[in-house]
Amino acid sequence: MATEGEGSGFAIHPMDQFVIKPLFGGEHVHWYTISNVTLWMALAVLCIVLLLVVGTAKRSIIPSRVQSVAELVYGFIYNMVEEVTGHDGVKYFPYVMTLFLFILFSNLLGLLPMSFATTSHVAVTVVLALMVFVGVTVLGFMRKGVGFLGMFWVSSAPLALRPILALIEVISYFVRPVSHSIRLAGNILAGHAVIKVIAGFATLVVASPFVVGAVGAIYGLELLVAVVQAYVFTILTCVYLRDAVGDAHH
Amino acid sequence: MEGDIAQMGKFIGAGLATIGLGGAGIGVGTIAGNFLAGALRNPSAAPGQMANLFVGIAFAEALGIFSFLIALLLMFAV
Repeated sequence: MATEGEGSGFAIHPMDQFVIKPLFGGEHVHWYTISNVTLWMALAVLCIVLLLVVGTAKRSIIPSRVQSVAELVYGFIYNMVEEVTGHDGVKYFPYVMTLFLFILFSNLLGLLPMSFATTSHVAVTVVLALMVFVGVTVLGFMRKGVGFLGMFWVSSAPLALRPILALIEVISYFVRPVSHSIRLAGNILAGHAVIKVIAGFATLVVASPFVVGAVGAIYGLELLVAVVQAYVFTILTCVYLRDAVGDAHH
Repeated sequence: MEGDIAQMGKFIGAGLATIGLGGAGIGVGTIAGNFLAGALRNPSAAPGQMANLFVGIAFAEALGIFSFLIALLLMFAV
């Protein structure tokens, strides 16, 4: 990708920020290589620990600022899980909370200048989405047995239409992890690339004052997108979880 | 001029793939607009439907993201 940037007229290639580099020398990235992805994932986990463990360590009745943020996030996700998946879904609240916090902090840390957005890589988000997909499927078969397949057989539709609908339902079920992961990665990737593309126009002297304002505006939008995408990922996890644990038919 | 027909086709294809974003824009706009119209008629029911709003937007947006994915694949993977 770096070589393509030389001919394209950009001082910085918008895709260069997503290159995975080993931190401690070496050329190739193996599965065990400590790279910038590892670093920023570890920092995201560190931030979560700081918020939830260190922030709430004192457990005062009148919460400090950090403690009230932690309590707000906890209450928000807890209510979401209970509302969307129903009472039986509350058992899986810790997993949903983990997903939300990890994605939220990865997104937000990725917005720091010179940092690395781990969630912009499909390899990261596909793992998150596949864990949800496999987990929901296994859970559905464990709790409902063969009856879990009933969600593909839309009993409210006319009998002649049901086989066609079943086919569509099966396809849409297997497209879930694809759209679940690509949505997050695509949003973060596109947002960061747009910032870099606009920042690349700063080399034109005439355009540079507008570039400052435009980058600021898009940065604000990206802050919103970072939070909304974390929210959307977790709420879709809850929606998928409802198919497995809830008894509501759609 | 350098490059070949295949290179040109890639760029044209990537540009054409971005048309899909228009569809996602229509979808997201319809959902958000209808939500606002409903919320203004019955503001007390609006907070309870926020989750549905975001899920609807996410589903509509996913299809736009797919076209973005096609554009990326054409540019970098093909």
